[in-house]
Amino acid sequence: MKKSDLPDPFEHARLEKGHGHFNDQDDAVTMLLRLKDVRKTAKDWETFQSGAAPGRIVVPSEVSIRDTRQIPFEVDPPMHTDYRALVEAWFKRPDEEEYREKLAKIINELVDEMLTRDSVEVVEEFSLKLQSRALTLLLNIPYDESEIWISWGTHVFRSEDSPVDGKKAAILYDYIDEQIDRAIENPGDDLYSVLLASEIEGRKMTKEEVKGVMILTFAGGRDTVINAVTNSIAYLADHPASLARLHNEPEITTRAVEELIRYFSPLTHMGRVATKDTEVCEHAVKANTRVSLCWASANRDAATFNNPNEIDLDRKMNPHVGFGFGIHKCLGATHARQILRILLGILAERVGSIDILDYEENIEDWEEFQRKVGYNNIKVKFNAKN
Amino acid sequence: MAKITFITRNGEKITVEGNDGSLMELAKQNNIKGIDGDCGGVCSCATCHVHVDPAYFEKTGTASEIENDMLELDDNVGEYSRLSCQIPVSDALDGLVLQVAN
Repeated sequence: MKKSDLPDPFEHARLEKGHGHFNDQDDAVTMLLRLKDVRKTAKDWETFQSGAAPGRIVVPSEVSIRDTRQIPFEVDPPMHTDYRALVEAWFKRPDEEEYREKLAKIINELVDEMLTRDSVEVVEEFSLKLQSRALTLLLNIPYDESEIWISWGTHVFRSEDSPVDGKKAAILYDYIDEQIDRAIENPGDDLYSVLLASEIEGRKMTKEEVKGVMILTFAGGRDTVINAVTNSIAYLADHPASLARLHNEPEITTRAVEELIRYFSPLTHMGRVATKDTEVCEHAVKANTRVSLCWASANRDAATFNNPNEIDLDRKMNPHVGFGFGIHKCLGATHARQILRILLGILAERVGSIDILDYEENIEDWEEFQRKVGYNNIKVKFNAKN
Repeated sequence: MAKITFITRNGEKITVEGNDGSLMELAKQNNIKGIDGDCGGVCSCATCHVHVDPAYFEKTGTASEIENDMLELDDNVGEYSRLSCQIPVSDALDGLVLQVAN
């Protein structure tokens, strides 16, 4: 096994029964493991709702640490449709040339710094910085603001000893409250101000609604982007031939990114709450209980993917669910895809090889399943291309 | 060179010309509304869904199983639905008319 491999802990259960069980804070979750079940369930928002108590569809549940509803993520149609339409164009901005150029500048500067060092701890010193600095573009706020977010550390509300830490969450929520007040006092062309000026159902968005969108933007794109970036670097360190191919055949980059997202599945799963007694995969699901859509398992489903445990940069048919599926598919996907496409391009152009010096894996504990999702830390040396 | 006509959801008709690549890429190059092609053409996002004019369905061919699994769960799916990222542009498609699904 290579250091960058992410094994699939779900295979046996996926084949044998199609679901798993996770007892999360006395609100158990039935994890759906097969691609077709995951897609069908994600699509059926009437039976499997997102608009439950705020925090309940997240696994582990954030009900005990959050009252603010994340928007549009924890809302069902018809309101979801209106909210989503309101923010969609803003979150597509990463496809614009000017945005991509700014992102390339951020990444190039970071790579400059990495190439001067004998050892880089990728999670804190590369991925967290990249994620935070790129987020200033998505929010359209000054670059320097990223220093505050970097100082928070890698996890916004995950602490070392508890998967759900209310004190850490409060840092983010208080910060967002302050920023909304600042935007009210002094409106600009940042996301806070744009949301505050937006109308929904013929009225202005409330502060609480704006907060809901902002929490989603911060929390949804932090660990996920950090894991995707860190895992990409570990993969390229282990597979120098892939780094060389990305340099010689840059046209494969888009496809490569989709394949990395499939394989890494930076978000393991996301929950839904059943609105009535129902059944998935011949398994009874009671009303008001939780299921989860296990993207990480679905993305290794051999019924659809040949050699699912291999990263195949040439995979042409790749109907992965790494960004979710259905009406709630990842709002930040355009931003994330551009980060990874530009990152791969710059690394291929400027880095000849990467050596892994030392690392500690980040293993998620879902009782029945132990899943490596990335690294708590990983030290590498970036070697410049000759 | 094939002339391809896209009809968007608001009824706008746009005829464009292409030689190679996929119909999704052709639509993206010409900013056809409703064809996003988010995943770049690997059949993962279903944001390039079109209805093929029945007269041309033989030429574009039918969807593969993987493509069908995606279409099955998409909005506005019909008998002549295809994901345009899975259809290569060729001279044989000259005159093709496509209705953008979403």
